[in-house]
Parts: sequence; C-alpha cells; structure tokens
Amino acid sequence: MSSSNFLIMRHELLLTAVALIILIAEIFADPKKKHSIISFTLILFGVITAAGFLPSPEGSMFGGMYNSTAGKLLMKNILNVGVLIILIQSADWLRKDENADKIHEYFILLISTVIGMNFMISSGHFLMFYIGLELATIPIAALAAYDRYKNQSAEAGIKLIMISAFSSGILLYGLSMIYGTTGTLYFNEVADLFQNNNLQVLGFIFFFTGMAFKLSIVPFHLWTADVYEGAPINVTSYLSVISKGAAAFIFIIILFTVFPVITETWQKAIYVTAILTMTIGNLFAIRQQNLKRFLAFSSISQAGYLLLGFIGGNQLGMASVIYYILVYIFSNLGAFGVVLVISNATNKENINDYNGLYQTNPGLSLIMTLALFSLAGIPPVAGFFGKFFLFAAAAEKGFYILVLIAVLNTIISLYYYLLIVKAMFLTRSETPIEKVNSGFYTKLGLGLCVAGIFVIGFASILFEIIRNISYGI
Amino acid sequence: MDILTLFVVIPVLTITGILFVKDIKQVRIVAAIGMGIQLILAAVLVFMYLSARKAGVNDEMLFIKDYLWFKSLNIHYAIGVDGISVAMIALTSIVVFAGIFASWEVEFLTKEFFISLILLATGVFGFFISIDLFTMFLFYELAVIPMYLLIGIWGSGPKEYSAMKLTLMLMGGSALILLGLLGIYFNSAPDGGQFTFNILEISKITIPVSAQRLFFPLTFIGFGILGALFPFHTWSPDGHASAPTAVSMLHAGVLMKLGGYGAFRVAIFLMPEAASELNWIFIILTSISVVYGAFGAIVQKDLKYINAYSSVSHCGLVLFAVLMMNQTALNGAVIQMISHGLMTALFFALIGMIYGRTHTRIINEMGGLMKIIPFLSVAYVIAGLASLGLPGLSGFVAEMTIFVGAFQHTDTFHRVVTIVAVSSIVITAVYILRVVAILLLGPVKDEHHAHLTDAKWYEKVSVITLIGSVAGIGLAPFWLSTMIGKSLQPIVNKILAAGLF
Repeated sequence: MSSSNFLIMRHELLLTAVALIILIAEIFADPKKKHSIISFTLILFGVITAAGFLPSPEGSMFGGMYNSTAGKLLMKNILNVGVLIILIQSADWLRKDENADKIHEYFILLISTVIGMNFMISSGHFLMFYIGLELATIPIAALAAYDRYKNQSAEAGIKLIMISAFSSGILLYGLSMIYGTTGTLYFNEVADLFQNNNLQVLGFIFFFTGMAFKLSIVPFHLWTADVYEGAPINVTSYLSVISKGAAAFIFIIILFTVFPVITETWQKAIYVTAILTMTIGNLFAIRQQNLKRFLAFSSISQAGYLLLGFIGGNQLGMASVIYYILVYIFSNLGAFGVVLVISNATNKENINDYNGLYQTNPGLSLIMTLALFSLAGIPPVAGFFGKFFLFAAAAEKGFYILVLIAVLNTIISLYYYLLIVKAMFLTRSETPIEKVNSGFYTKLGLGLCVAGIFVIGFASILFEIIRNISYGI
Repeated sequence: MDILTLFVVIPVLTITGILFVKDIKQVRIVAAIGMGIQLILAAVLVFMYLSARKAGVNDEMLFIKDYLWFKSLNIHYAIGVDGISVAMIALTSIVVFAGIFASWEVEFLTKEFFISLILLATGVFGFFISIDLFTMFLFYELAVIPMYLLIGIWGSGPKEYSAMKLTLMLMGGSALILLGLLGIYFNSAPDGGQFTFNILEISKITIPVSAQRLFFPLTFIGFGILGALFPFHTWSPDGHASAPTAVSMLHAGVLMKLGGYGAFRVAIFLMPEAASELNWIFIILTSISVVYGAFGAIVQKDLKYINAYSSVSHCGLVLFAVLMMNQTALNGAVIQMISHGLMTALFFALIGMIYGRTHTRIINEMGGLMKIIPFLSVAYVIAGLASLGLPGLSGFVAEMTIFVGAFQHTDTFHRVVTIVAVSSIVITAVYILRVVAILLLGPVKDEHHAHLTDAKWYEKVSVITLIGSVAGIGLAPFWLSTMIGKSLQPIVNKILAAGLF
C-alpha cells in the first residue's frame, strides 16, 4: 500500500485524526478553560469539512472492501456539512456547567459515528458495511444517554442500543442467507450471482427490514419518538438528520447496485412502506404536543417521501434522494436549532409554550417558519424543490398513484406545520417566552441553515452537480 | 432587465424597502409608491403590447425571455405574455394598488401586513407572466401561502379556522395540479426527445389521449378549487368573510382568477381531447356553482358572506365559459375574470370601509346609509349594478358574451345548462337590490350611525380607481376584446385541431 492510496481514505483518516487530537487536547487542556476545546474543535472540523471538497482520487482498497467514488465523496461531504452545523449549534449548550466535564466525550463520540458512516458509505463488502453501521450506531446510544442523570435520557440510550442490536441481528440473519446462497459478500459478486430464488429474496427481506429500522420506516418506527424525546436535542437532531441521511445513502446504493435483479420485488416493498411511512408519520405528528416528538414523527414522514426517490431505480431518483437529504439537513436543523435555543434558555419544549413567540422573538419565529415551510415543501424555499424532484423521480417511472398519495400527505403535513406557525404568530399569549439572547455560535448555526434553505433551491447548479456525479456509484 | 421580470422584481424591492423603514407612515408610503410604479408599469406594458400587435407582430406570445434553470429536467425560467395575461396583469396591478389604499388604516403589525400582501401579489404577477409550468406552479404556491398569515393574524371572526381551511383546501388543489403537471411533463415528448415544461412547446404536440384522461381532471379540479368549483368552494365564503379588506379584495379579485386562468391555459389548452370528452361533468358542476352561489347569496345576512357567495357564482361562470370551448365563450370568460375582479374588489373595499365605520356587517342592523355616507353608498350601488350586469358597466359585456357563446352549441345538453346558468342573472338582481334597499335606503336604523364621516382621501383613491376601471371596460369593451380575441386564436385553433365541435 503506497502513501497515495491513503488519500483515497482521506475523509476517514482526517476524522480519526480530529478525534485523536481532541482526546490529547483534553489531557493537556487547562481544567478551568475546558470551554476552549469547543472553539478548537469547531475550527478543526471546519477545516476538514473544507478539505473534503478538495479533488480526490477514486479507487478501491483492501481488495475491494473499500471503494471511493465521486458520488460517495459527495455524500460524505454532505454529511460533514450537516455535522458541522450540528456542532456549531451545540456549542452554547455544551458551555452549560452541567456539561463542563464531558465536552470532549461529546465530540469524540459524535465524530466516531461519522467515521462509521463514512466507512459504511464507502463499503464494497457487506462485512465492511456492517462494521461501519455498528460504529455509526453504538456511540449514538451513548450520546442519547448523555444527560445520564435524567431518566428519559438514560432510557433513550437503552432503547436505542436494544433496537440497534435487534435490527442488526435481523440484518445479519439476512446477510447470512445471502452469503449461504451466493458464497460471497462482495457487493459486485453478490450482484452477479443473485438469481431471485426464494431463499435469496427472504435474505433480502431481512436485510430490508434491518435497514428499515435504521431509517425508521413504518412499521419499524416505534422506537423513534421515545428516543428522540429522551435524548438531548442536538443528539436528536443528529439522529434525525445525519444518521438517517447516512442510512438512506447506503441503502439506496445497495438497492441500486447489489439488488438490481430483484428490482420488482423491492419496488413492491418500498411502495407499501412508503405509503405507510408517510401516512402514519403524518397522522401521528398531528397529535403531538412535545416538539421533539413532533419533529420525530415529522422526520418519519420525511423518510416516507424519501422512499419515492428510491422506487424508480433511476438516475433522477438517486440524484433527488441525495439532493433532498441536503435540503432536509438544512431545514430540519433550522427547526431543531430553534427548539434547542428555546429549550436551552427556558426548558420549554411544548407547542403551547410557543404561543405568541413572534411578539418577543420575531427572529427565531421567522427562522422556525422558514424551516417548517421548507419541510412542508412550500416555495420559494429549498424544500419545495427537493420534494418536486422526488415526486418527479417517482412519476418518471409511472408511479402516479404513489405520487398522489404523497402530495395528499404533504397537505396533512402542512396542517401540523401550520399549527406551530399558528402558535407563534396567531395565538396571543399573556406570558410568551421571554426574549432569548443567543450567543455567536447559535446565531452562526441558525444563519447557515437559513442561508441553505434559501440558496439550495434556487442554485440549480447544486442539483446538476449532484445529478452528474451521483450515478457513478 | 426585461419588462416582465420587473413585475416580480418591483414587489420584491418594495418588500425590501418596507423592511428598512421604521414607522407606519413610511411603510404605507413605500408600499403605495411601489405598487404605484407597478400600476404605471402595467399601463406601459398594455401600451407596448398593443403597439407591437399594431406593428404586425403575430407571435403567440410577446416579450419572451427564456433562461435555462435546471438543465437536467429542462426546467426554464420562461416568461412571455399574450393579450390575456396582459389583461390579467393590468387587473392585478389595479386591484393591488387599490388594496394598498384600502388597508391604509391597518395599525397592528403594519409592516408584516404589507410585506405579506405584496408577497402575495408577487406570486400572482409571477404566475401570469410564466410560460413554463414549473415556474408557474412555483409562483402559484407562493401566492397561496401568505394568505394563511394574512387571514389568521389580521382577519376577523373565526379567523384561525377560516385561514386553516382556506390554506389546506387551496394547497390540496395545488397538490393535484402538481401531479397533473408531472403527468403533462412526462408525456410531453410522445415521439421521444426531451420532456418540457414550456406551455408553447407542449401545445405543439398532442399528449396521448389516455394520459389526458388521467391528468385533465386532476389539473382542472386543482385549478377549479381556486376558482370555487362546486363542491370545492367551501373555503371561499369562510375565507373571504374572515379576511381583512385588502386581502378579500386581492383574493376574490385576483387570486380566484388564477384558477380560471390556469384552467384554460393549462388544462384546456394542453389537453383539449380529454377536455371535450369529460367537460360535461364539469359543466354540470359549474352550473351548480353559478346557481347555488347566487341562491346562497340571497339567504346571507353578513355583507361579506353575500359577496363571497356572489363570487362563487361569478367565478363559476368563468369556469362554465371556459368549458364551452369556443371563441365567444372564452372571450367572455376572460372579460368576466377582469370584470369580476374589479367589481368584487370594489365591493370588498366598500364593505371594509362601511364596516370600519359601523362596526357591523349584518345588513339588518344598518339602514339609510345613503343619507349619511353618500360617496360610499353611491359607489356601492355602482358596484351592485355592475354585478347584476347593467349595460354600460363591465358585468354586462362579460355575461352577455358568455351566454351568447354558450348558446352557440346547438345540442340539448348545452342549451339546458345555459338556460339554467342564465337564471343566475335574475337571482343576482334579487340579492343585490335587496342589500341596496335594506342597507342604503330607508330610515337610519341605528342612531350611532347618524354621525359617520364619509370616505377619506385614501379611500377615495381606492374606490375611484376601481370604479373608473369598471366603467372603462363597460363603455369601451372593444379594445379589450380585440386584445383578448387575437390571443385566444391559438387556443381555439388547438381545440379545433383536436377535431371537436
């Protein structure tokens, strides 16, 4: 292995380096100035995010277990940008006294999950994929239990680890069947040897189910709301955006490249689960009072829309999924960012608490509204374009009924998103949440989200870039 | 920058201007100046359009500009106008201008009010200049969503309920349109080649009839919801009654026209084969709209509800005429859109001004207003007469043309529905004259009303602008119908080419 080969793994190596540097810095840092580690990490992560965009060679390593292509690099870069925003948003939360002695844990755990996701996306072998998946999941469970003295947080951690173990078991069972019938776990060899016999399809279904847990697709979504509610808000936003995004990336890669032989089978599975996911996610979201649970169900339904990009098995579908995740990162982080700011300042997380928010916090209300409109797919913000392309991808292959159900679902979702807008703008309150003063990092994080929500849609060049390189995967 | 893009840019600049000024007075002035420029620009556009036509430019659309936006999906920012869109743009700028003056007295969150109002107008202008279905749809949704805040925050009565109902129903309509547009797009190259969203290009080909049967109803119902098509009209009375004055004006006057305009520019023009097969269903529904709306108006007690139901009836007539699919009726449909737009805006403006003085909209609680506030009362009578189709005002020209066009079909079905629809004229006369009699004539019922002041200068600006336009169309309809008639030619040709009638 020559040194130039290492460049292929640049993302993973840089992330590992950052994690190690933080670990060392923690040892040498002045105990009274632990906060400085936050800015230090943010700068470091900003640098490697920027470095990720440098041109990079394509190639494969470890005998084909690890592959790097332009499309995979793009996915990693998108994830990096999302993680950067989450880190920026969590800066002010980490400054709280109760978190003082575990700042570095937060960063290290978070970054190691990103490393896992990167390996997962680059995998060319099911074992590599599985290792990446576990590395991406287990530290998250620790993060969910970050506020370990809070019962709910600890419960969220346990639930997440149990459900991950369970879904991993199902996934591995499916993989064992695939291995038993094809004799290999390399993606390209499995794709060649796959013959659509019953045992293989059974194996595929187990694999599908395992991934459905990770993506929280109905009927495998039941853990989502509890975990989202219990975990600290930035971990929740990480779960709903980055974890979900990474899982969707690798899922669509595997569906398109490993299982093209049984396209009709997985189209049926996705058809049914997409309808269930959108509809049930939306209907449950209507009843929620806690904003974290609310956003949990909203993110379930968003995963349902995402499946519309999967179903066509076409280039437009691949591009629209990647594009939508980019849009979704900015929109959802905008919404979670506002929830985080307000929860940090007041510990209030219910929709009722937001009554009359516009009177006291017009800026935050407007950001929240923009983010919600983007999630609902209202022009001129980015969500509109994202949804349009997803629907177009499904329509291109003639799934008009599915698109009809999806557009009707967007109306349901608009209803509950408007409930929050209503609370903020329409309902007058005697005791609205007081004016929240947010620090520099919070403003920066929210500002990035707003900029993204506005720019991504209009800048057609982004979509074209994504489309041009996404199919090389 | 081309003149059409200015119609979107100026509202955006006005919004930016409003953001940076401090007190209420400045907000009003900036809004008025911005929309005043828009009005002048519309006049310039009409002039430019007419002189280009006079010079013998026979293109289907003029001032076309086309910028590639999303290359892989062949989405363009494409704009262009024909006589119909020029007329609609002129209508919109008049109503918005009048609307700014009608909402001079908004004091609660003034800045936000004018920003939302102008944002709505931006969407409407953008919709009328677009010839690319994607940008058209984008602007359409942009026009709908500010309604939620406008009604929800500044409305009256059960405003939260009405705002939610209106928004969800209209967005439901746009959901159907979205599906219809995707269907049109993926069938826009039946012989291979690149798909397109461009209306002019799609109109040159014939979308496979099997696809048309699927997507014509979706598109038509989608736009029909905004055009108050029975039974999807229920958002309209609640929404209009709860909305603040300027919003009712803009909504009934302009936004509902988006429905009618979209119905023929997209649904009928691009899919005439399916339209001719399926139009009987919608003709029945629109006839119900026309008559039901008029009857609904008779029994209402609230001025705004009366006018909202009357809008259902009149906008139903637009869709009715569109479905008749011949030159005369389509001509009538467009004139009716303009005429109803101005007239209903005038009505809602006056209702808002009367309500601002008497603090009631229940007709039985008022009386003898003619003696107290003669200017507003006379204006109300003029609006009423225009609404019931008095010759010399715009309503007459429109309705006459529509019914003549509808009667050109010689089969029994068309004759029967036309006769049914014509009966609405009589019913309209009943509810208009009833309101005039109770509200304006007779003794003063409430002594508190005896000392009301008549219209202020800004209210007069608003009212006179609208009355002038209504009378202008009524007295000199020919330039308008020539302008429209020529532009209808390609649409009619396309329908004829489909081998119908």
